[in-house]
Amino acid sequence: MRYQFKTSYDRDIDLFGDAAQRNWYLALLAVLCAAPLVLEQFWLGELSYVFILSIAAVGLMLLTGYTGQVSLCHGAFLGIGAYAYAVLLQRGVPFFVAAPLASLITAGVGAAIGFPALRLVGIYLAMATLAFNFIVEYVFVHWDSVTGGFSGFAVPQPTVFGYSIVDYPLFYYLTLAALLFALFVANNIMRAPTGRALIALRDSEVAAQSMGVKLTRYKTISFALSAGLTGFAGAFFAHKIGYLAPDAFGILLSIQLLLMVVVGGLGSFRGAIFGALFVGALPSVIALLRDFLPQSVARQPGLEPGLFGLILIGFILFEPHGIEGRWRKLRLFFSQFPMYRVATFKKQKSFTKSERFR
Amino acid sequence: MIALEARELALHFGGIKAVDGISFQVPERSVFTLIGPNGAGKTTVFNLISRIYEPTAGRLIFEGRDITTVPPHDIARRGIARTFQNIELFENATVLQNLLLGRHAHAAGNVVAELMFLPGVRRREIAHREAVERVIDFLNLEPHRDTLISGLSYGVRKIVELGRALCTEPRLLLLDEPSSGLNPEETDDLVFWIQDIRDILGITVLMVEHDMGLVSKVSDHVLALNHGQVIASGTPGAVKSDPQVVKAYLGG
Ligand SMILES: Nc1ncnc2c1ncn2[C@@H]1O[C@H](COP(=O)(O)OP(=O)(O)OP(=O)(O)O)[C@@H](O)[C@H]1O
Ligand SMILES: [Mg+2]
Repeated sequence: MRYQFKTSYDRDIDLFGDAAQRNWYLALLAVLCAAPLVLEQFWLGELSYVFILSIAAVGLMLLTGYTGQVSLCHGAFLGIGAYAYAVLLQRGVPFFVAAPLASLITAGVGAAIGFPALRLVGIYLAMATLAFNFIVEYVFVHWDSVTGGFSGFAVPQPTVFGYSIVDYPLFYYLTLAALLFALFVANNIMRAPTGRALIALRDSEVAAQSMGVKLTRYKTISFALSAGLTGFAGAFFAHKIGYLAPDAFGILLSIQLLLMVVVGGLGSFRGAIFGALFVGALPSVIALLRDFLPQSVARQPGLEPGLFGLILIGFILFEPHGIEGRWRKLRLFFSQFPMYRVATFKKQKSFTKSERFR
Repeated sequence: MIALEARELALHFGGIKAVDGISFQVPERSVFTLIGPNGAGKTTVFNLISRIYEPTAGRLIFEGRDITTVPPHDIARRGIARTFQNIELFENATVLQNLLLGRHAHAAGNVVAELMFLPGVRRREIAHREAVERVIDFLNLEPHRDTLISGLSYGVRKIVELGRALCTEPRLLLLDEPSSGLNPEETDDLVFWIQDIRDILGITVLMVEHDMGLVSKVSDHVLALNHGQVIASGTPGAVKSDPQVVKAYLGG
């Protein structure tokens, strides 16, 4: 059994729980940095794709997992980031300015839609954000002069450090660095007062208010930060798909992003990455499955979205803590090995909460 | 000095007069207790002071200033903290995080600095932890410091909620049935804590409580409500034997 023994307040605040945990992450990072030595370009591309999805999922996790606000428009935020970035590149803005600027623009849009969504909760918020996703798609199609309309446009490929940005392993390292940066800022905000305020308004709005948390301010901040991170992912996503057209950023993408955070485990950035890995790998798994399924099923056009839906429902019903929850159980099982009790994660007691909660 | 004053305070929910024109004055550094049968309107008075509900009529004056129109998120900064009858903790956060949220009114944040976690942010986080640690020591919460609320027993949750309110460094503390669900030992601790909160920390306590033993031990003044109206007011002994109060509790 491991026990974290804290001898100073800094130990509470630091990004890593203890030296052992830090070393594991450093080892993982070393492996990822060395990957281009052994992996073929195809696999580096797949990994970059997972990194990009992870950044977007970290953004959505901030809003849905930590602030408790469901969103069905993060596909649109990814799109806004991608379009803003590519348009900036077209205008000759260099990569290192265009990517942060695209993120800021998306954050601004996020704040703007967060504000009217403030009074909405649950299913109503889901519907409002869904509607917003359609509006954004509509804008992509009809704002011809900038977005190229229905047919879209090819994303320019600037040179970075003397190479074309889409060259490997450069693109791989750029996306890895972007993911590390996204994780850095996301974890920072969660260990600061702002992050705690987000958790507070997720768990009890009325108590959050009595502690001095201004609900409108923090919901808006959450939408803005979440959209900003997802828009940042959009910049890299633009290169990944190479050609921007409105149908890339439809509702299915938003659902996939939501699937990532739910399957990964709400309330954990590590879960967001597990989810991105899972959803990133899913299409390949489905492609493999097609060979084994009877023709009539395998040829169904809706197979992929249908499976996404099924998996989402399955996780909500049977493993609400997602892959991250599984991971924690597994780790505890090994750390307590012969002593592990099945009941450890059973709810001990449930207290009835009445409607008159105050 | 008067800490809190209610003047002709009223709140009607449609036909229900939850609070029906009550007035009282809570002296500074005292323990002032509201009693009354279920549905008397005690919690509603708290919700009015927290500004969760908009009063139908009347005024609330805290430390000489009118707070009747202050927004709810400003109440903590003005020096009023509370606990809830049915516990409103942040369930999926640790005890430490809950207590640190009690510091929120003092944690003016700059989001950009926090995103980069600049040295100033860390310095303030450490200062907040020092303040929180004093409350942890005071309430003996050390064993639970890093536990999730969802893994705590009911009694400990009540104490954590008291701690979270204390972390805001209030001058007026509202406790809604602090002893409900506590075992006898925990209730004994509570007696000492409430006395220390008043005498050592110098905080005024306004409390709703059903346990008359506890009420008699700690209260300086008791106000009895029924159907949203004041039916008796005075020392614990006097109010307890007031014929109106006896009648109200017997269901008259
Ligand atoms: N939000 C609300 N909407 C409508 N009626 C309400 C609301 N809140 C309280 N009431 C009513 O106001 C009256 C007073 O309720 P309140 O919660 O203040 O009672 P209480 O004195 O705290 O009782 P208890 O001892 O059961 O906690 C009750 O009749 C209750 O049903
Ligand atoms: Mg009550």
